Amino acid sequence: MLPVLARRVANIIPTLAAVVALVFLLFSVLPGSFVSAMNEDGRSNIDPAVMERMRKEMGLDDPVTTRFAKYVTRIAVGDLGTSFRTREPVTKLIAARIWPSLKLVFAAMCFAIIVGVPLGFLAALRPGSTIDTAAMVGAISGLSLSQFWLGLMLMYLFALQLKWLPSFGYGDGGLRHLILPAVALGVGPMALLARTTRAAVLDVLNADFVRTARSKGMTETRVVEWHVLRNALVLVITTIGLQFGSLMGAAVVVEKLFAWPGVGSLLVDSVFQRDIPTVQGCILLIVTFFLVINTLIDLAYVSIDPRIRYG
Amino acid sequence: MTVPLLKIEELRIALAGDGVAHNAVEDVSFEIGRGEAFGLVGESGCGKSITALAVMGLLRRPLSLANGRIVLDGRDIQGSSPAEWRRLRGSRIAMIFQEPMTALNPLSPVGKQIAEMFVLHKGASWSEAMDRAEEALRQVRVPSPERRIRDYPHQLSGGMRQRVMIAIALACGPDLLIADEPTTALDVTVQSEIIDLMAELCAAKGTAILMISHDLGLVSNMCRRVAVMYAGRIVESQPAEAIFATPRHPYTQGLVDSLPRLGERARHGRQRLREISGVVPSIASYPAGCRFNPRCSAATEICRRTVPGLTMLPEGGLVRCHHHG
Repeated sequence: MLPVLARRVANIIPTLAAVVALVFLLFSVLPGSFVSAMNEDGRSNIDPAVMERMRKEMGLDDPVTTRFAKYVTRIAVGDLGTSFRTREPVTKLIAARIWPSLKLVFAAMCFAIIVGVPLGFLAALRPGSTIDTAAMVGAISGLSLSQFWLGLMLMYLFALQLKWLPSFGYGDGGLRHLILPAVALGVGPMALLARTTRAAVLDVLNADFVRTARSKGMTETRVVEWHVLRNALVLVITTIGLQFGSLMGAAVVVEKLFAWPGVGSLLVDSVFQRDIPTVQGCILLIVTFFLVINTLIDLAYVSIDPRIRYG
Repeated sequence: MTVPLLKIEELRIALAGDGVAHNAVEDVSFEIGRGEAFGLVGESGCGKSITALAVMGLLRRPLSLANGRIVLDGRDIQGSSPAEWRRLRGSRIAMIFQEPMTALNPLSPVGKQIAEMFVLHKGASWSEAMDRAEEALRQVRVPSPERRIRDYPHQLSGGMRQRVMIAIALACGPDLLIADEPTTALDVTVQSEIIDLMAELCAAKGTAILMISHDLGLVSNMCRRVAVMYAGRIVESQPAEAIFATPRHPYTQGLVDSLPRLGERARHGRQRLREISGVVPSIASYPAGCRFNPRCSAATEICRRTVPGLTMLPEGGLVRCHHHG
């Protein structure tokens, strides 16, 4: 297990390096800068000399190669630069947002797994039944709804009408504020998981070794417990991994909608203000999260399926 | 005469299609005595495997048992409850499948898959069951069973996997072992080892064998009596030697003629093997009358009109042909 872990972690590094380069180059070819953005909206009438000085301070006048070299050296020591907007280190800005973001993503994923996997399971065990039809209609709807609309509806129903839960904000960071955004974010993955689980279980139920298990004279419950679960899990875990990894990036809409102080809303705000260092930092964090989750999923495969060896 | 171990009477298995039901198996009857090896031969799709599944009570949609009796040890079992079926399966009737690659759970050590049998039917604890699984592996002559019980199926060769399947099937000392093409997926050299092993273990324990295969030669080596199926019906049933010496049904005749035989060329010179012309009809378009008539060189008007019944042969055995004379 340990050498596998080491190899997987080593594999992350080149990917991250590529992402760093891409994120940097992407923003260096985009037109406009923080300074020109201040002027563009026409509200401020800044003295060109001040603008010149700001550009110098922020290092925007240096050639791309110099800036890239500086950027990489700084990142190597864990410095993501200074926010143009607040003049604070980007690491500090992001650090304040990571915990709420992780909380939201984990809560959404828990909801998706706890509801989606059993739903797909029940549907597969009784194909064509009312449970199956209802679950799959639910799953299709869940996949089709936009987070934005769903979030608004949840807010309207549970906050405005029923007054059970707060409509938005982080509050004291407790569960009450977390529920609505987590559900809004988790419905999509939940629906996808329900469908994948159903397909995986049906697939395994038709396998030859399940027929062997039945020929041994075990109850259908035992067949599922001893032979179907683990095999179906291998397929389900793939979907969990992909959904989980991309969820931090996907949370942007929900975070904005519920005024959730996560990395996603920081990213959107920074984009509008052309606060490039913060945008870069947020993207790096989202990508890193994706890579870490995928590495964990790979490790999960190794412990579930003896045929898989990363050697 | 003593009560046969297994008696199949007028078995009919329906295949539900788009609004129409077809009979995948029709009017199939045979008996297997205690400890007897009985062979069921036929091409793919003739209904031999689903006949076996019916005996195991494992027919699943769209297949269902439409008619007939399955009598095990003098007791009708075709109408058994699911719980009664489970008690029979594995402990009294066991089955070996064709594909040892896929018939074992890839995520479970083979020892555990054998041990399940003792836990299910003998009420053994897992640790006790694992000891007995090791012993079962030793019986099917898997080398160093103490290590192999922890191996996963992908770590074993095809032949070893089929040995594991035999160990599972024979674990609880069943009265009847159904072997559905047990060697088709294996190398020729491994085939005979597996067949010999099966025959030897079953003979030692007095287990009867229902051997299902497309290979007439293999079946008649192993079994005392052989039945030949064609398009869902039994067309001929005779002692193994008689099937070769005096096949009475034109289809059996064709099968025997199409077998390559060692030394034939030396005796008769170079000759092409004869094949049966035409193809097996699909289940939706079985011809009227004798189902073999479109491919039969001796077919006459009656063959196209009337379904031939089974005729008792003077030497014993049965044939389903209007012109068996």
